[in-house]
Amino acid sequence: MERIIYRELKSTPKVWGLLALLGVFIAAAGAVVLYVEHYGHIVTGMNNQIVWGLPHVFAIFLIVAASGALNVASIGSVFGKVAYKPMARLSALLAIALLVGGLAVLVLDLGRPDRLIVTMTNFNFTSIFTWNILLYTGFMVIVAIYIYTQMARGLPSYAVKTAGLAAFLWRLILTTGTGSIFGWLVARQAYDAAIMAPLFIVLSFAIGMASFLLVVMGITRMTGRAFGPELRTRLARLLAIFIAALLYFTTVQHLTNIYAAEHWGVETFILRDGGIYTFLFWGVQVLIGGLVPMGILFHPTLGKQARMVVLSSLLVIAGGFAQLYVIVIGGQAFPLEIFPGYDVSSSFSDGVVNAYTPSMLELILGLGGVALALAITIIGMKFLRILPNSLSDANVAPKT
Amino acid sequence: MNIPGLKPAGSCGGGCASKEKGADVHRRDFLKSGAALATLTLAPGVTLMAMGNGVAAKANPGVRWGLLIDAGKCPSDCNACVTACSDEHGWENNGLDTDPQWIRKVTLKDRETGRENSLPVMCQHCENPPCVDVCPTGASFKREDGIVLVDRHTCIGCRYCMMACPFKARSFLHEKVTDQKVTTPRGKGTVEGCNMCVHKLDRGDGTTACVEACNATGNNAMIFGDMNDPDSDISKALASYPSIELRADLKLNLGVRYQNI
Repeated sequence: MERIIYRELKSTPKVWGLLALLGVFIAAAGAVVLYVEHYGHIVTGMNNQIVWGLPHVFAIFLIVAASGALNVASIGSVFGKVAYKPMARLSALLAIALLVGGLAVLVLDLGRPDRLIVTMTNFNFTSIFTWNILLYTGFMVIVAIYIYTQMARGLPSYAVKTAGLAAFLWRLILTTGTGSIFGWLVARQAYDAAIMAPLFIVLSFAIGMASFLLVVMGITRMTGRAFGPELRTRLARLLAIFIAALLYFTTVQHLTNIYAAEHWGVETFILRDGGIYTFLFWGVQVLIGGLVPMGILFHPTLGKQARMVVLSSLLVIAGGFAQLYVIVIGGQAFPLEIFPGYDVSSSFSDGVVNAYTPSMLELILGLGGVALALAITIIGMKFLRILPNSLSDANVAPKT
Repeated sequence: MNIPGLKPAGSCGGGCASKEKGADVHRRDFLKSGAALATLTLAPGVTLMAMGNGVAAKANPGVRWGLLIDAGKCPSDCNACVTACSDEHGWENNGLDTDPQWIRKVTLKDRETGRENSLPVMCQHCENPPCVDVCPTGASFKREDGIVLVDRHTCIGCRYCMMACPFKARSFLHEKVTDQKVTTPRGKGTVEGCNMCVHKLDRGDGTTACVEACNATGNNAMIFGDMNDPDSDISKALASYPSIELRADLKLNLGVRYQNI
């Protein structure tokens, strides 16, 4: 067993250069917020039919990934896998950072972001949004305590385990809340399904693990610290299992809908006639973001190559993003069934597939959220003892 | 009366109808006490808004305002209700996807028989409104007389209500508004929709702009009234002829009913 020594990142030009680059993205997003605040959402691609656009896809992606980024810490603290424990601090920090990035995009896209304080003073407890405000802030507090218990000296050993268990349970509830934003919407044919909550949880496992892998591989490479191939392969195999689970839940989601005639319209739209949404579903979500990385990671030799793990993680992130795009935007693009059995038309896009072209402004805002999450992670590692000097395979139990 | 760019603080006409809460009552009393001063010093329109506010909170819990729309009497080429609503509340539809539409004419064609008809669709003023359920701040709310409204002072523009509405009854204000109607305050970045002309009801008009316009055309396709009063025209009509609710499967108990679809 190797002694784990956590050390802050050194002040290298690479670290500062990366932070400066991220700062550019964050500043650009800030400028977009001011611009949209001034002119109104008329300058974005969103409209009265597609009311949630690309910023919401980014925001939900980051929030769901945040929950999943905690996987590694949970496996170490809650399920007692020693090999994962040295990565637990980074896992928890990344979870908080991704959540902050996602929430920033979400609140800065509000019609009245200046009224954010209203959400803290006026609660409506029948709203899952209200619950999410509490779940998100609670998550940050609990995970921060969890990091503290890992870093503080002299705490009893059950402190870490208790905080880790609390964080694990909280993240499951949190992602249930995020999935239920859609699962509890009775109005739209694409939503209103109990499977949304577990689907989002499995999605969080996959994209959270992919995000963690990319960050840990990137930062160890950048700082010259070791990241053992055995450890990497374990995480990669776990990612492959998460992809399989995600494909399973996605299959059940659509099979259930296809069975009921009332959902044929929306299923035909997503699976066959939806143009960009059909392409994103089959091409990006299922094939490029699902089957291909799963095949690579389960492959006996390919799955052990660092480059392939990076590629697969990127593909999973693309697939998860496509999945959320199809759910969020595709679900709104399909017309509401207000008059079943009738062909309808009106000046308000009744009965037609709603068009949406994301604007550059929305993209910049979303990327700003990603940059913010990464910047918080780097700054956290720079000033706190988050990352071990070495993540070599010394602590990985040999295969028997 | 139009007051360009004026944003009422704390008081408004029926259009935004602040809820009757403790803090609001005190604020309202304060504003009322300043009304005399306002009369002397400010534009008459401002005074009108401050005074009108006391009326806005007087929703009668014994009343359920409702609309009955007879699609059989609604000609496909008539847009009078839509125009009247637009004029009354100051919203404009210039054909953009971002333009608000509080009420719209929808043309229906039966897929089996090919029969066509036309009817207006607006906020259905549900007894169990999904928009109210999902609103994080409580800005979407239902008055005691059944009217579903948006409190523009607490709407943060999250658009969750628009995601939740089964009737696409709400619009998001994508750009700055000018020349607002005194009785219908609106604001960029907030959500709006049919308010059943709450300002007219609160001042005792007893009807809505769309119904007035429909009657003026002679079509008489819309009846407005108290669905709780068995002697009202709407209750009598509902009791005498078959009518339906849109998306009846959702069991929202709508304040707007249709006949002859």
